[in-house]
Order: sequence, then structure tokens, then C-alpha cells
Amino acid sequence: MLGNLLVSTLMSASVYAMLAVGFSLTFGVARIINLAHTAFYMVASYIIFTATMKMGLPLYVGVVAAVSLVVLLAMVTYKVLVDPMREHETTVLILTIGVALVLQELMFLWFGGYFRSVPTAVEGFTTLLGVRVSYQYVLTICVLIVTLALVWLLLMKTRLGLAIRATAQDREIANVMGMSDSRTATITVGIAAALAAIAGAIVAPLFIIEPRIWLSPLTVVLAISVLGGLGSLKGSILGAVIIALSENLVVFLVPQGAFFKGAFSLLIMIVVLLIRPEGLYGVAFEEER
Amino acid sequence: MRKKWLVLLVLAAFVMTGLTFSGCKKPEYIKIGIIGPMQFLQGRHHWLGAQMAEEDINAAGGVKIGDKTYLVKCIQIDTNEILSVDDAANAVERAITVDNVDFLVGAFRSEATLAMQDIAMDYKKIFVVCGASHTELSNRVASDYERYKYWFRVTPENVSYLVKDSLILLTYVAGIVREELGIQVPKVAVVIEQAVAGDPLAAAANALIPTMGMQVVGTWRPSPTATDVTAELTAIRDSGAHIIYTYFSAASGVPYARQWGELEIPACSVGINVEAQSMGFIDATGGYGNYELTLNTLAPGCAQTDKTIEFYNKFVERSGEYPTYNAGTYDAIWILTQAVERAGTLDPDAIVVEMEKTDYQGAAGRIVFDQRHDVTWGPGFVTAIGTQWQNGELKCVWPYEWLLPGMTEPLTYPGTVKYQIPPWVLEAYGG
Repeated sequence: MLGNLLVSTLMSASVYAMLAVGFSLTFGVARIINLAHTAFYMVASYIIFTATMKMGLPLYVGVVAAVSLVVLLAMVTYKVLVDPMREHETTVLILTIGVALVLQELMFLWFGGYFRSVPTAVEGFTTLLGVRVSYQYVLTICVLIVTLALVWLLLMKTRLGLAIRATAQDREIANVMGMSDSRTATITVGIAAALAAIAGAIVAPLFIIEPRIWLSPLTVVLAISVLGGLGSLKGSILGAVIIALSENLVVFLVPQGAFFKGAFSLLIMIVVLLIRPEGLYGVAFEEER
Repeated sequence: MRKKWLVLLVLAAFVMTGLTFSGCKKPEYIKIGIIGPMQFLQGRHHWLGAQMAEEDINAAGGVKIGDKTYLVKCIQIDTNEILSVDDAANAVERAITVDNVDFLVGAFRSEATLAMQDIAMDYKKIFVVCGASHTELSNRVASDYERYKYWFRVTPENVSYLVKDSLILLTYVAGIVREELGIQVPKVAVVIEQAVAGDPLAAAANALIPTMGMQVVGTWRPSPTATDVTAELTAIRDSGAHIIYTYFSAASGVPYARQWGELEIPACSVGINVEAQSMGFIDATGGYGNYELTLNTLAPGCAQTDKTIEFYNKFVERSGEYPTYNAGTYDAIWILTQAVERAGTLDPDAIVVEMEKTDYQGAAGRIVFDQRHDVTWGPGFVTAIGTQWQNGELKCVWPYEWLLPGMTEPLTYPGTVKYQIPPWVLEAYGG
């Protein structure tokens, strides 16, 4: 049972973390709670579906197209709609949820409410601690590790990363030092969208595609980010593990209440926030700018 | 002078136009509101079935009421009921008050249908359901007949009959498991999504399965919107279950079947998985949906009645999809228009009397309404069928040599094949 729990938690956590990292990055740098983040994941899934299932193109072409188009879409959306409103946080919240709903309705219009699927990059399964794990899950874990390493390298070892970190720490000072916070934020939004699109490529074959697939992960991603501390990458990873563990505990210990797993993980989040309101790795509210 | 000629010319034109139009007899229509979630498969099938009925009835000369002939005109009403019950109620109100429909046919989600039923009854509009299974809809007819008598259900069977059929299907598979795997008391994992219609099913399964020579090893209730059930499947594998008894009415049926097939969970999957009824199921599961067995209404090549194959093939040719029970709008409109002809009036009370006398051979069976305005269940009337995906094709696998007390001959519909145990299950238990 312990093996089952560990492996199942690892699988769920890798999927959640894949989605949460980009979301956290956007908040950490641009201070934007981008509620359209998982909608970009949904759009990427549909682009891959169109490329592979409708046009018969190889999977990698679909992935490249999805990442390019979603990054473009996210950056244009940010520049045209969000950037002018950035100082009005509530407006940005409503605006990004509006963008997500528009994208959802467009997908309904173009693809209908049918359940679709995209091919897996690798087929079959392996056994880990006696638990059957599909190779696509193994790939998800590997891609997550590589993605995190690349994001870390970008943030720590490049001039762009320096600008991103400086902007995240103090926007005004970064501006005074000649770094355009608007430009940095736009690039960060683009990187986050690319992460959402990669998540679409890796995670979508595990599940199904339909226009509302952004909604349920959004709740989980919000919970993970708040739990881990808004804007903290390592907090996102830890948050993903905690949420995944809570969900799997419910399934294994109370199978008749399996439907309750989402609510239970949110309950865990509330308990943690009562003890530590800023989240596990977040900045205390009073210290925030 | 020229002006006078011009005026005369215009007057002549008016007279000619008037004469032309008075010579043409304007056709009169019976307007039927086809209500359903039109962005989704269910609504699309409501509409396709209805359009086929409209064309066939009009081609056959329309509907005769006394000495007048009416043509059928279907009006598409998008209820959006999968996403919003409020939208559904508003759509029905609009269909009655703005589109002035004479009848309502369709509906899918039980919660929305309950709301739509009340609005239809307020306006005394005959409402024939082809999609919602909840028993409360027909219980209302029994408890307040004068108000709810305008409501009828053609498809699917109500949820009580669905429970009965799915348990019979489970018995059928258990018999094959005993025969081919030599397991005399199969262990059953009950997986029922957390939905209103799933509650009676879960209670019935836990109460009845042990009396059917099987053992329940656990009950899992995933969310209807779950996109990942690997944890549940891992736990089921650990439980040692030989059979998984399912109920999935919504999206979660797709990831379930996909992950069950991909991870080769060593248990036969049988029950209700609505998504496994659609043609896109195999693609949606990435090809892993093979061997999934679900209760169904129609299947390729399976002839419950003389009308089944013709209707089925025509629907597939027209839409490129397998008809689901929502395409029961085809039979519903025929039943309705025949009742109108018999009544000889559009008065709803008179039509209800004729609807209650219905005895109609439909695509899915012989339709005779009971006192609650549900279809009569049983061999010779309407039973569901069991369909299994075999090598990427949907096959009817039940009724297969089905013998009930009182029957002289076992029932197998033409075109039915035997259920196949998934190869990985055979391998796991040395079958």
C-alpha cells in the first residue's frame, strides 16, 4: 500500500507541478495571477490534436507548433490586454478569466464538446514498486525534471534570468537600472506559456481533450501555488507533492469517497494557510511590496 | 399621361402579385422543438434523429389532421444543459413563447430535464424525452397525473431498468469468467461515478452482487469530471478483482477505459460507460478502449427489430457516427405524429390519450408506454443491449442466449457475437 501511495503520488505530483511551475513564474515576476494559464494548456492540446489527428503530422511537429503558437498568443494577449491594466490587480484577474472563457468558447465553436485524444509519445507501461506506471507518466516525470533544470539555468545563469529575478525582487529599482519591467514581464509570460504548452504536449495524452479541461487543473494549480507560496518555484513543487499525496490518501484509504479527493486536498491547503498564511515558501504579506 | 401609365402599371403589378400568392396554398406546419445540448454529441444526435424523422414523415405525405395536411418542422433549441441548468430552462421557455413550438422532444441531463419538464407542463406542451433516465421524471406522472401527463420517455430506459440490465450484463460476464477462467466466485470492484443516477446503482450493486455468487471487494466513487483514475485502478488491481462493474455517464469514462487498457488492469470491465457508445471512443482512448463492455441502445449490425438496421445504417451514412440513445428522437417524432393523426387534433389532452395507446415498433424495440409514461421493459418490448469494442469495432454481445423464467426460447438478437475476455485478463488468470 505504501508503494502504491508513493508511486501514485509521484505520478500525480509530476503532472500538477508541470502545470504549476509556469503559473508560479508569471506571478513571481510579473505579479500577475494569470487565470488563463491552464487555458493555454488547453489550446496547446487542441493544436497538437489538430496537427497529429487531423493533419496527420508527426507528434514533434505538433508540439513545436503548439509551443510557438501558444507563446505568441500569450505574449500578444499580455501586451494588448494585460499590460495596460497591470496596476489594477482585480481587473487583471477578471480579464484573464475572461480570456480563458473566450478561448474555451472558441474551442467549443471549432471542435464542439467532443472528447478528443492525442497520441502518446511512448506506449506501454513499466512496473515500479509493484505499481504499473505508463511510459507516458515516466516521460512526464523526466520532462518535468529537465524543464525545471532549464528554468533554473535560465534564471540563474543568463542575463535574462538576472533581469527576471531583479524584476521579481523590485520592479521599480530594476526599471531604474535600465531593465524594462514590461519587456521582462512579456518574456516571462511567454516562457510560462511555453511551459503550459509543453504540459499540454506531455500531459494531454494521459487524459482527454475537451474545451473545459482548463478549469479543473486551474483549481489545483491555484491551490498548489497558494500552498507553496505564490511565486515560489520550489514551493510549487512541494505544493504539488502535498496536494497529490492528499488526493491519493483519500483514494486508497476511503475508496467510496474518491470523488472527495479534490475537496480534501483543498482542505489541507486551508489548514496549512491557517498555520502559515504566506504559504510554505511565500513572502509574508506584510513584507510584500 | 406618362405618370398615369406608371400608376396603372404599378397597380397591375400589385394585382398580379396578389393573384399569384392567392393561387399558392401555403403549407401548414407542426413545429417540434428539438431540445438538447447542441454543442455536444448528445444534442447533435437529438437533432440528426429528428431531421431524419422530419424528412421521412414529410416525404410520406406529412401529418393528416382531419382534411388538412401538415408538414413537420423541427426547430433546433440549444439548451446548453451540460454546462448550465438555467440555460436549459430559459431555452425551453423561449421555444414555447417565442418559437411557438407545438411539442418538445429531446433533453439529456436529468437535473435539467426536471426543470424543463415543469416549464413544459406549465404550458401543457407534450414533452417526449430522449436522453434523461432519472425515475423522478416518471414518478411525477404517477404522483400528479393531471399536471405531468403531457410527459413521456422514449429513451433511455429509466434508471431502475438500467440497474437491472447492467446487473444482468454483469451476471453474463461472470458466467463467462467462471467458464473460461475457472473462477467460481468472481471478485467484483464497483466503480460508480459520484452522480445522482449513480447512487441507486451503488446501493443495488452492493446489496445484490453478493447474492449473485460474486464477492464485492470494494466500491470506488470517482468524480464525474475526473481526468485521472490511475490511483483508483491501482487500488482495484491490488484488491484482486476479476471484474470491474462500472457506471460512467460523463467524461471520466474515457480516461478510465484508456488507463484500464493501457495499464492492462487484470479485470474484465462491464457496466455502463456512456462514452463507449460513441464512434469516437476508440480514438479518444488512444486505441486502449478495446474490450470495454457497456450497456447500449443500438449497435452496428444488431437487429432488435425490422427497423433497426435501416435506421442505423442511414444514420451512420448521414453523420459518420454511431447513433446513441439520443437519436431516439427519430422514433419519438414518429410516435408523436401518429398519435396526432389518431387524435385528429392538436389539442394536447386528446393527443395524450392517443400517446398512451402507443404500440410502435421502433429502432430499439417495441414501444408501449406504462402508467408512468416510461417504456415497458422486457423481452418482446424494450431491453438495452450490451456492446463491446472488439478490434476497434463495436459489437453487440448481449442478449446472447438469454433465458428468463417464462421464456420458451433463449433470446439472441441477430448480429450478436460472444463477449471476449481481454487477452491480458486471460493471461493473468491462465485462461
